[in-house]
This record gives sequence, structure tokens and C-alpha cells, in this order.
Amino acid sequence: MAKNKSAMIVVAVLLVVVVVGAGFFIFRGPKETEEILTSAGLKVAMVTDVGGLGDKSFNDAAYDGLKMVEAEIGAEIKVVESSKMEDYVPNLKSLADQKYDMIWAIGFLMTDALAEVAEMYPEQKFGIIDAVVEQDNVHSVVFKEEEGSFLVGVVAGIDSKSQKVGFVGGMEFPLIQKFEAGYLAGVKAANPNAKIYTAYAGAFDDPAKGKELAASQFNIGADIVYHAAGATGLGVIGAAKEKGAGYWAIGVDKCQHAEGQVGEENYVLACMMKRVDVGVHKATIEALNGDFTGGVTELGLAEDGVGVCEAAEETASAEALAKVEEFKTKIVAGEFVVPTNPKDVN
Amino acid sequence: MELAFAINIIAFVIASTFRAATPLIFASLGGVFSERSGVVNIGLEGIMLFGAFFGMLGSYFTHNPWFGVFLGVLVGGLIALIHAFLSVDLKANQVVSGVAINLLATSATAFLLQKVFHTTGQSSSVPKVKDWQIPFLKEIPFLGEAIGKLNPLVYLAVGLVFLSSYFLFKTTYGLRLRAVGENPEAAETVGISVRKIRYGSVVVSGFLGGLGGVYLSLGQMDLFREYMSAGKGFIALAATIAGKWNPKGAFLACILFGFAEAMEGQFQLLGMNIPKHFLHMLPYVLTILLILGLVGRSVAPAASGIPYEGRK
Repeated sequence: MAKNKSAMIVVAVLLVVVVVGAGFFIFRGPKETEEILTSAGLKVAMVTDVGGLGDKSFNDAAYDGLKMVEAEIGAEIKVVESSKMEDYVPNLKSLADQKYDMIWAIGFLMTDALAEVAEMYPEQKFGIIDAVVEQDNVHSVVFKEEEGSFLVGVVAGIDSKSQKVGFVGGMEFPLIQKFEAGYLAGVKAANPNAKIYTAYAGAFDDPAKGKELAASQFNIGADIVYHAAGATGLGVIGAAKEKGAGYWAIGVDKCQHAEGQVGEENYVLACMMKRVDVGVHKATIEALNGDFTGGVTELGLAEDGVGVCEAAEETASAEALAKVEEFKTKIVAGEFVVPTNPKDVN
Repeated sequence: MELAFAINIIAFVIASTFRAATPLIFASLGGVFSERSGVVNIGLEGIMLFGAFFGMLGSYFTHNPWFGVFLGVLVGGLIALIHAFLSVDLKANQVVSGVAINLLATSATAFLLQKVFHTTGQSSSVPKVKDWQIPFLKEIPFLGEAIGKLNPLVYLAVGLVFLSSYFLFKTTYGLRLRAVGENPEAAETVGISVRKIRYGSVVVSGFLGGLGGVYLSLGQMDLFREYMSAGKGFIALAATIAGKWNPKGAFLACILFGFAEAMEGQFQLLGMNIPKHFLHMLPYVLTILLILGLVGRSVAPAASGIPYEGRK
């Protein structure tokens, strides 16, 4: 029995180590909070979804937007990372209790949480990215991902040597299908004969799955694969790097050329930029100036909310980029409407 | 044209199956060693995660992926040593100890990632273990694509299956190991040290679990991602059971699982009209069916999970 007791003690010690470790990880930087509470002036906060900072995608981009606000008007900014879905509501509530001037919920995964909290705090101003919450105190910012995806589809359609291109999505729901629809339409518009393969990984955090899906598309002849799959998409870029010269990945959300660099060569052809930073920055400045409005802002090509990154000039062909400009003008002028559902692409 | 296309697809599916099965093969061999000696190792999942992280770290600091492999395997063994100490010397509940290791792994690797790379989510990219191009074999039309251009760790996994099988069933040490797992008291009466055998087996299972993890971060990818083991340690344990605690059986179970994963991609690619959510479920449904006894009744080593209290 004595041995059993010491076993329990060792296990207990192990568990304490785990808890303390986890605590360190989750609650690092309580100092920040105190600083903000003691300083007067404007305060803006954001709550990340489970992707967290460092996702090299929309959480990071939203943070960039807040940093722009900080640099511009000296507002205090704060980021709260959610380690799991159950944290969304408590994180939002705790910020609302601290009376921030504007609180951002980043990502459509937080839609329900924000709807719940916004109703509890009718005086508090909130913002959400990638989703619509229909309440007077919520400013919803959504993007026309299909327009940006259309342009990288044009690049793929023209620059594909094999006339075959691929698409790897994270999970199959309407938001990601907007990427797919725009891309399909773009490829078809630039190259009606091109064959397009699509696949969904069923996860945003499984690079190995993304790599395998992209490799299977490369295997049957595709030479360019576009991803809208978060961290799963890192595997898509990895597959292009491994396949070598002549094979390309197209990045998403932020400029991902850095991920595609191997020595002197780059295997990222272009990236569909989604300017979450611009959206967060613009709406925050409006709110802090007293011009807060509930409702929906839709950012497309016309508002520079989406587009193709500049680094594509190094990798994509001049012909493709010229075509991109041509289509961009048409879309901005409203002469050309990009479908948002893959079923509407023929 | 059609035939060439089909052959190309089949070759790819075979290669893809091996790639998906490899981490499971390593970890399920780990499960076989540990359980055959009488120690349940639920902690394989966590050991894989540690292996994946330290493999990446070793490669990151030395720019030599093979040093990463070495470090990942070593750390896997060290973590297993904790499990061995708890379950053999302290006679703790083996499941509790394993769960503790899994919890520790998830938060400790995330914490270390934050400390080393100042980021959450994933590490930056590090030198990876490059795929092999086996001379002559890669030239053969079908076989070359199917099994001629895989990662060295894939070949290692397959080699270890046969090596483990030989060790367990054809050598004296293997016999002793199995005896300890079936009837430790009887084994001790003939002068076998239950403690040494169990320590050794658990540490070997840690090495193997570490290898499985290293394959995830350095073989398959070139980075570490939080919780990148994603339940593979548990699936490997399921394969251990479905394979009746036999290296070759576990290997087949892993291959089946890998095949289901490979087909998931191909079904989508060939435009078959199967709901994608169903395809994503396929490998897991298969695992459940396997354990439910599609392979027939499997009997665990008699003393598996029971701490040895010494002769009464």
C-alpha cells in the first residue's frame, strides 16, 4: 500500500506540473491587462478563435489591423487568445465587463458566442470578422473572397502548362465554398479547356492531409493547386516544394511566399490576399471617432479588401498579371459578377 | 491512356497508404512491445507528440534532420521511462499514468513552442528527412512509383515490423518478454527479472512512439504543429489490439487504416458522389469495425495492465 500511495503522489505531482504548464501557456502576460486598466484613453480588444496568434492567417491579420490603430491614434490594444471553443463567451464577457471601446470577435466560429454576449451588453460596441451578427451594437465585416479567388483562378488558368489545376479546401461549408466558386470561375474564364480537381480535407489544422490531397492532384497531372485551408494548406505548399520545378501552390489570406521559399526557388505562384487588417482598422477608427454603425460592411476588390499579393510579380507570368488587371477592372465596374456557390459555375 | 491512368492512380494509392500508415506502424509496434510485457501504454499519443516536437527542435538547431530523428527517439524513450517508473516501480494505475503523459505532452509542447519560436500554432519550417529514390527500383514503371520513392522512415517502419516479429517470437529475449506479460510470477520463478524486462519494453515502446512522432514532423512535414499527433497514438493502440498484439497483425491493421485515408482523397479526386463528411469518417469507422471483432476474438496478454506485486 505504501508503494501505491507514493505512486499517487508522483501522479499528483505530474498533474500539477501539467496544470501549471498549461496555466503558463494560457494566462501568460497578465501584466498587459493591468497596464491597460490603469491608463486612460481609448481601449480596443480582440478575441481570437482557436487558431490563435501565429496562425499566419486571419488572427494575425486582425492583430496587424489593431497595431495600425495603436500606431495611428495611440489607442491601447489587447489580444485575448481562446484555447478552446468554450472560451469564446467568457473571453468576450470579461472584456465587455472591462468596458473596452470596441471589442472584436475574430472568425465565423465565434458567431453564436458574439450573438449571445452582444445581447447581454447592449451598450457595448462589438465587431466580428467573416460572419454577420444582426444586432445594432455589432459591426459585421465580411469579405468577397470569391472575387480575390477569381483573380488567382485567372493566374492558375493561364500559367498552368498541363491545363490541369487543383483546389484544396479546409471544410466544406459556404464560406470556403466562396473561395472554391470564385477560383473555378476564374480558371474557366481564363482557360475554358482547363480541368479542375477539387478536394476537401475536413480540417483546418492537418497539414499532412493537405499535403496528401495536393500530391494526389499533382499525381494526375495538375501543376497548380490553390488552397483555402488554413494550416492544412501549409501541406499543400509543402507538396509543391517537394514535387519541385514546374509545380506551384497558391496561397491564401496573407502573402505566403515566405512559406514557399526553398533556397533560390519559390513554389508559391500567387496569393489571394484577404485584408482582414484593413477591415479591422477601418471599422475600429470609425467606432473610436464616434461613427460606429451596426450592420454589415462587405469588402471586395473595389474596397481593396481582397486581391492578389504583389509578390506574384516575381512568380506569375506577365500575361497572367495583365489578365488579372483586366478582370479586376471589369469586376470593380460591376460588369462581371463572380458566383459564390460552386454549383453556379458552369 | 485509360489503363495508364488507372495504373498511375493505383501506384499513388499504394505509396499514399504507406505514408499514412507509417506513424501508426511505429506507434503500434510500441504498443505491442509494451503490452506484451504486461504494461498498458496509453501514453503513446503523448510520446509521439514529444517525439514530433523534439525531432523538429533537433533539426532546427543542428540543420541535420537525422540528429532530429535521434533526439526525438531519445526523448520518446525518456518520457516512456517516466511511465515505466510509475507503472513498474510504483505500481501506479497504468491508464492514469498514460493519460497524465498525454496531458503533459499537449501543454508542454505548446508551451515550449511558444518559448522557442515565440509563436503559437506551428513552428517555422526546418530541414526534413528527404525522400529516397531507390536506384533501379525507381526506374521500374509501376513499382517505382508505388514503393521506390518513399521516405527512409517508411522503409524503416516496414523493416522494424519484421525485426520485432523475429525478436518476439524467435529469440530467447522475446520469449522472456512474452512470459512476463502472460504470467510474471512463473517467469520470476525461473529467474527472469520482471522489473528489467518491463522497464526495457516500455522504453523500447517509447523509442518507437518517438519515431512515429518524428515521422510526422520531419518525414511527412517539415514543421511541428500543436497537437499534430491528432489521435494517431490511440489509433495505433487500436491497431495493436486488432492485430492481436502481433507485429505483423498490427502492421496489417495500420495498412488498412492508411488505405482508408488514401482512398478518402482518391474518391474526392475521381469525382465520386459520396458525401465528403462520410469520407472523412471512413478511417475511423474502419477502426471501430476492426476492434469490434471483424478480425475475430483477440485475447490480451494475461498480465497486461496489472502491476506485478512480487511473489506472494
